[in-house]
Amino acid sequence: MITKQNRLLFFPYFIWVGLFVLVPIGLLIYQSFIGLDGGFTVANFVTYFTSTTYLTMTIQSFIYAFIITLITLCISYPTAYFLTQTKRKDLWMLLLILPTWINVLLKAYAFIGLLSQQGSVNTFFDWIGVGRQQLLFTNASFLLVATYIEIPFMLLPIYNAIEEINPSVVQASRDLGANTWETFRNVIFPLSLSGVRSGIQVVFIPSLSLFMLTRLIGGNRVITLGTAIEQHFLVTQNWGMGSTIGIVLIVLMIIIMAGTAGRKKGVRR
Amino acid sequence: MKSLIRLGLAIVGITGLLYLSSLFIERSQGAAGADTLNIFNWGDYIDPELLEQFEEETGYRLVYETFDSNESMYTKVQQGGTAYDLTIPSEYMIERMIEEDLVLPMDHSKIEGLENIDPEFLDLSFDPNNQYSIPYFWGTLGIVYNDKMVNEDEISSWSDLWDPRFREDILFIDGAREVIGIGLQTQGYSLNSKNDEELQASFDLLKGLAPNAKALVADEIKMYMIQEEAPVAVTFSGEAADMMWENESLHYILPKEGSNLWFDNMVIPKTSQNVEAAYAFINFMLRPEVAAQNADYIGYSTPNEAAMALLPEETTEDEQFYPSEETIERLEVYEDLGPIYIEKYNDLFLEFKMLR
Amino acid sequence: MRKPKLTLANLYLIVIFLLLYMPILYLIYYSFNQAGTMNEFTGFTTEHYQSLASDTRLIRIALDTFRVALLSSLLATIIGTLGAIGIFFVRKRSRQQTLLGLNNVLLVSPDVIIGASFLLLFTMAGFRLGFYSVLFSHIAFSIPIVVLMVLPKLQEMNLNMVTAARDLGANNWEVLKSVIIPSIKPGILAGYFMAFTYSIDDFAVTFFVTGNGFATLSVEIYSRARQGINLEINALSTILFVLALGLVSGYYYVQQQQRNRKRKLTDVDPTNHQKAVSP
Repeated sequence: MITKQNRLLFFPYFIWVGLFVLVPIGLLIYQSFIGLDGGFTVANFVTYFTSTTYLTMTIQSFIYAFIITLITLCISYPTAYFLTQTKRKDLWMLLLILPTWINVLLKAYAFIGLLSQQGSVNTFFDWIGVGRQQLLFTNASFLLVATYIEIPFMLLPIYNAIEEINPSVVQASRDLGANTWETFRNVIFPLSLSGVRSGIQVVFIPSLSLFMLTRLIGGNRVITLGTAIEQHFLVTQNWGMGSTIGIVLIVLMIIIMAGTAGRKKGVRR
Repeated sequence: MKSLIRLGLAIVGITGLLYLSSLFIERSQGAAGADTLNIFNWGDYIDPELLEQFEEETGYRLVYETFDSNESMYTKVQQGGTAYDLTIPSEYMIERMIEEDLVLPMDHSKIEGLENIDPEFLDLSFDPNNQYSIPYFWGTLGIVYNDKMVNEDEISSWSDLWDPRFREDILFIDGAREVIGIGLQTQGYSLNSKNDEELQASFDLLKGLAPNAKALVADEIKMYMIQEEAPVAVTFSGEAADMMWENESLHYILPKEGSNLWFDNMVIPKTSQNVEAAYAFINFMLRPEVAAQNADYIGYSTPNEAAMALLPEETTEDEQFYPSEETIERLEVYEDLGPIYIEKYNDLFLEFKMLR
Repeated sequence: MRKPKLTLANLYLIVIFLLLYMPILYLIYYSFNQAGTMNEFTGFTTEHYQSLASDTRLIRIALDTFRVALLSSLLATIIGTLGAIGIFFVRKRSRQQTLLGLNNVLLVSPDVIIGASFLLLFTMAGFRLGFYSVLFSHIAFSIPIVVLMVLPKLQEMNLNMVTAARDLGANNWEVLKSVIIPSIKPGILAGYFMAFTYSIDDFAVTFFVTGNGFATLSVEIYSRARQGINLEINALSTILFVLALGLVSGYYYVQQQQRNRKRKLTDVDPTNHQKAVSP
């Protein structure tokens, strides 16, 4: 099927694969072996794997990402399920996706206002007699905002997976005498797992690079691998170390992908 | 297929329209085709009225862009893909840029008004004879506190920050040298220490300070202190001046142990395309009345002696912003540490951020 | 018979709905605040909208953001669609899998790494940072999603049509134009839509590769949010929200119309993009 004429059409795509997939990864690998003095070295990797700072940071980042994914899942699954039961589900779904069109930074900015000492949440706490609390710059607020931002991305794949279930299967289950709960547990839930899996991937990966939130909401008291990469590239100018962390993150990513890989693959960056 | 092509063309059309309107806005801003001067400055670091005045007087069109740290400015200039005519880094960065040949030497015959500058700010070690840079502002690092939450006598030195009553209360400037510097100076070491033992000792000391940190941020400190989000903050003098102007309960002190003294000077990056305009701007900023207006607006301390005479006495006699000779003796200027030690400071700082 | 359960479910949905919209409504509410802070509402004013209107820098950045998004998603759609057709017609299964794997690399990389590696690329190539570096990066990270939206449509396509067209003497170009493209059109549109969303929403990648005064809204808001509360940003959010709401309702309306004419809504539904995964 592929003729010379066709090749010409696909040319831009293969250029893209080469230039923006293979070359950047190659550069990242190359750069990770460049030391501060510009020489070739494995010192960056040695530093990474012997420093408790970096290892703790890695574990912490994964714990944060795990918690964010878990909370998001717990909130999104029922939402997605209930959505498929409503009448105008397409409209509902669009409306739940709409907040993603508002820039992440705008939403983070809103949370700065909401969570500060004089902010609305604290005013409310004061009013009900709990008293003002420190909300901004805590782990809890970072997790809250991160979860908030990720919910729609978890909602989508689960919703679609449930939507894809053949209605006759559900009907059959009912005809066989299963009640709503049994149908859900034995038919709908197992069939929606592919959606849950891609949802997890789609949320977990970006959760590792929320460096703007660790700064704006976490006040740099929450440090993740994403923050470290950003710092090394744009502030401390140690591109070698930044690339090393990047490579480690990619390898961890591949392992996770292999672990959660079903037939479906993640869609969000 | 046809409808897709039509859609594609429509998108291209909209894109073109967006570009034209953006161009139109740009043109309506200044005379088209005029000589442009690209300035790369810190955020909120000049009175915008002065920019207008400069454009009117000289006919140059200004393209004004801002950065938020010496390092990010350096990245953009060094990356090479930029064409700034003037930028205003701090002393240690100027030292580094001179070393790496990123700035042009100044032709002193083209500069008027250098005699307005207090000789104390000329011929400093980072740029002997001011071959490459002309003073813009100077200032210090210090502590801001809110008298509603903290008493005047409770805070006078860096070591007071360790007080357990400030648990999770202090906002720190997000800078490795500033925070590690607090540890160094508390123990009497130099801010430019390249001694691993001294660094480790300061870090061990800082471990006790970490629980008192509320956040490590930069520009945000101003907003949070005005809103009384925190009782204490470690920040730069000019930022402090701005906050105090908005909130009368705030006060700025220079710690007993000493602190950092810094200078921001104007330099012409090597990539400049309009050196003449850069000189015109430098000469403009050296004028006493311009420098005075700028200092009054920004709140940082001016090195311009002639301008100081024009400023209100309460400003120039404020010990916290124009400290006495004797206080200045206790202050220390940053030197370029070189990549190895910059990394050591940064690693320690990263570790500090991770502590709870 | 499911009525009582449904009300509970609806209650849950309403709570989630309110939670998702709360921060946005909060921004909108205070955009009309006279006091200039987001703490206490002292009176109604539109002055923040006026100051937004005279803030030419922010307006230009907004225009540039849309320009980059429209253009990058258009180019990404063209390249991605052709790429998907290319991958689809690769005979060897293993080679097809390799190509898909490469396609998915950017999809599973965290944004920070994409940004950092592109910055490396542009620096090594001596490429000037600014509009074009941002545009190329946006095209680059949008291509894989377009491929993933188009591929399932190709798989659904009736291959007999291609054979029939060939038998009738159509050349490759004619087959592409009259058979393939029309049958994957919904995938192409959905791909464009997703690419546009990615570009508009991106912060991390742009943050790394921008320079020379070029900024997108995310980058600008990141630096402004740190300078303090500025209700101009709230006013901007309101306008963007109204714009998005208009787009979505327009989109829903068009979908309803099409649905009446055609089959399922889910065909072009961007919310359906999860279906558009690898074979």
